[in-house]
Amino acid sequence: MSLNDFELVIGIEVHCQLKTKSKLFCPSSTTFGDEPNTHISEVNLALPGALPVLNKEAVRLAVLAGLALDCDIQKTSVFSRKNYFYPDLPKGYQISQFDKPLCLNGHLDIDVEGVSKRIGITRIHMEEDAGKLVHQGADSIKGATHSIVDLNRAGTALIEIVSEPDIRSAAEARAYVEGLKMIVQHIDVCDGNLEEGSLRADINISVRKKGEKAFGTRAEIKNVNSFRSIEKAIDYEFKRQTALVLAGEAVIQETRNYDEATQKTTSLRGKEEAHDYRYFPEPDLPPLVITDQQLADFKMQLPELPSIKLKRYQDEYQLTAHECKVLLQDVAMGHFFTAVLSQVTSAKPKKVALWITGELNAVVKEKQSDFSNLSISSQQIADLCDAMDTGKVSGKMAKDVQVACFDSKTSVSEIIAQMGGGQISDTSELETVVQDILKANMDVVEKIKAGKTNSANFLMGQVMKSTQGRAKPDVVLQLILDVVETL
Amino acid sequence: MSKAKLSAIELAKKIHQGETTSVELTQQALDAIAATDDRVNAYISVTAELALDKAAEVDKRIKAGDIRSPLAGIPIGIKDNLCLKGTKTTCASTMLKNFVSPYTATAVQRILDADLIPVGKCNMDEFAMGSSTEHSAFSPTKNPFNYDYVPGGSSGGSAATVAARQVLVSLGSDTGGSIRQPAAYCGVVGLKPTYGRISRYGLVAFASSLDQIGPFSHTVEDSAHLLSLMAGHDPHDSTSLQQAVPQFSDALVDDVRGLKIAVPAELFGESIDPEVLASVKHALDVYVSMGATYEIVSMESFKAALASYYVIAPAEASANLARFDGVRYTHRTSEAESLKEMITRSRSEGFGDEVKRRILIGTFVLSAGYYDAYYGKALKARRVIKNEFDRVFHDYDVILSPTTPTTAFKFGQHSDNPVQMYLNDIATIPANMAGLPALSVPCGVHNGLPIGMQLVGKALDEATLFRMGYAYQQHASIPELEGAL
Repeated sequence: MSLNDFELVIGIEVHCQLKTKSKLFCPSSTTFGDEPNTHISEVNLALPGALPVLNKEAVRLAVLAGLALDCDIQKTSVFSRKNYFYPDLPKGYQISQFDKPLCLNGHLDIDVEGVSKRIGITRIHMEEDAGKLVHQGADSIKGATHSIVDLNRAGTALIEIVSEPDIRSAAEARAYVEGLKMIVQHIDVCDGNLEEGSLRADINISVRKKGEKAFGTRAEIKNVNSFRSIEKAIDYEFKRQTALVLAGEAVIQETRNYDEATQKTTSLRGKEEAHDYRYFPEPDLPPLVITDQQLADFKMQLPELPSIKLKRYQDEYQLTAHECKVLLQDVAMGHFFTAVLSQVTSAKPKKVALWITGELNAVVKEKQSDFSNLSISSQQIADLCDAMDTGKVSGKMAKDVQVACFDSKTSVSEIIAQMGGGQISDTSELETVVQDILKANMDVVEKIKAGKTNSANFLMGQVMKSTQGRAKPDVVLQLILDVVETL
Repeated sequence: MSKAKLSAIELAKKIHQGETTSVELTQQALDAIAATDDRVNAYISVTAELALDKAAEVDKRIKAGDIRSPLAGIPIGIKDNLCLKGTKTTCASTMLKNFVSPYTATAVQRILDADLIPVGKCNMDEFAMGSSTEHSAFSPTKNPFNYDYVPGGSSGGSAATVAARQVLVSLGSDTGGSIRQPAAYCGVVGLKPTYGRISRYGLVAFASSLDQIGPFSHTVEDSAHLLSLMAGHDPHDSTSLQQAVPQFSDALVDDVRGLKIAVPAELFGESIDPEVLASVKHALDVYVSMGATYEIVSMESFKAALASYYVIAPAEASANLARFDGVRYTHRTSEAESLKEMITRSRSEGFGDEVKRRILIGTFVLSAGYYDAYYGKALKARRVIKNEFDRVFHDYDVILSPTTPTTAFKFGQHSDNPVQMYLNDIATIPANMAGLPALSVPCGVHNGLPIGMQLVGKALDEATLFRMGYAYQQHASIPELEGAL
């Protein structure tokens, strides 16, 4: 037996931090990066007598996520207390959902190398985040002289999306998390930033011999902070667990930590150290009820999903798969594209997409900026695309105009005027120029007449020179060929 | 107190008419506490400065014609598990002996907004767990009528201060009888409102699904006014009810004709002391003479109430008290080598025995493998109890019983047998389990100790309880107790 005789069985739990202004159970701000313990209330501090009040916006966002992943939204769901002691958990329990979560039975379709597959989503539930411990004198609590508690993050709204064990490879796992990220970003419920932790994936991995029905013993991998890490961690676990099985040893059910530096997983705690969380219904919160009317409203609010948008882009705009991917992966770019489309008068969506994903994207990257923070307006890009479409500027000129547009409120037409008036495509205006150039270069004209049509390029160059590059090339070429005939 | 025999509402009228002042009454209350509290020990802390400042402010307003409530200017005692900004809220525990609350409970805020004067924080059983106020880290409160006897609990301080007439009104909390039982033992009126009627925000939680704040007073009228001031929805408490609050003083009519009283057989037989039973029977006769009727009904589910309460309440408490971990504002052990040791030692040192007992019970009944057998079953029993109340209230307006099976017991009487102490709550617990309003009214005296009767009403129908209690107080003659003071 070898590695090839084994297959991976993977289920993923993804925590998404919801984009709410205030926390899940109190009005404290969710702003990050401020002084420790500045965004806290009696609720986050778990002062005696403090009570949780559910954030309605968080519920809305959680329902939108459930709808986007085709879940059954539960009319009644229940918050529970998950009990354990840790200094970053001030109440001594986390308010989460346990046996009656908000969303059940969803799925996400993924595509790996052209093969599409449906990954089941068991449930989505709402819960609050914990605070943060900063250990002093060591990297972890072991060996630290003391630890400082920052509760700014405590109580931030999360959803946990739990998949079925349907994933069979590292590539599928990556595609699944990428797909989730794209969806939560598109419907604007989560930043979806793996590196910054607004989206966190815990990966449950087991191996079994191909063809077997029963699952192997699983390990849960935590601290996977990038798509690359997801793949690396799974590769490592596959080899580790397979080696154990081949050696006749047992895989232990445990939680393991992925170390980015060594690309290895190490044991965090075993099953025997697993907590008995003593879940019971949270008596401070009545059951969460979603009425039919609310559900209908939420469905109306659900933006176009990436999968639908992809099909529309391909069918209506004739965009390539690559262009679609670029536009869908960068949500801000996608929004910019949509804005430009609503402002153009003649330019076709395909041209607009090409320009934005190509020329504009290149400049934005060069400036180390991004589409959520652009210093060029969608109106400017719309006007520029129209100017190209009507022949007012060439592609080459458009790049210069675009550069001038950045950090400028000046309109595209003014910039073109400042640059000398744009492209000349008027035949009558160009004909005199062509006549003059040709008459001054009769030797070249003769060559063309003799069949050396390439020589027209020289004449073209001369025309461009005399019009400071503003002449529209295809019009000039046709004129040259027409005038040659008359000479 | 010279004006001692007046009710709070009558005394307030005297303030509002300029015959006395809030400062004068507040000073009298503070003097009374200073003179007698070394014996009664009704207070953990006295907020003299805050009280006199507030009283002066209120007097100024009253002089200017700004009378903010019918009880404006009246001194009040507040149980020490209710947060009052800037003052200690200890819950009678070493764990919180230095905790100063940075915010005020909604119920207390409404009392402050009504211009009552908080004179101090009342003693209690630690974290409201107990029926005797013996379980206070700051020494027990004594029954003002006989210092050898407990005042009841857990709101023993709140009951005793009213009984001793240090103040005429106070606030307590009731999870399984913690207002009504001490009210009965101390011969005062005590109300546990409908669950959700008064916001729990700022009440240090014992068992969240059962806890409810309520008033103590000598007259039903005073309690009705206090409920009107505190009741009503609070956006800070998701379990507080949206329902409009009636003006409860409108319910104070001396007419009970046609009202139908149910008397649970389970609380009207051998389990009750004969003297207590006789007093309650006499009260029933008074009601019959006023035109009400009563029948004995069986409420078998009451037998399951005590057992299921002692699963649900400790289960919730085990989580509610987890926040007292030695990390932030609580007692922290002076020496610990690890995080686990710090938490364990801080909790071992900070909590008293009764609290530990309930945390252990609660942790056990929620544990994997035991949940269904205990907590799950207790929740089912709770539903059965609710259904039984519904059935009885289909045919009757109110349920009447003794508040407690006996009069106050002696200190130490139940120290070796906590279950015997838990039995004190046999009549009061069902109302908590069903979330129903219940009022204890003094109805007799035996061997110099008071006896109380309990009236349980339909959800949100405190009005009928006030009407019944008010009419009774107009007609019944109960021997006046002088007390040990």
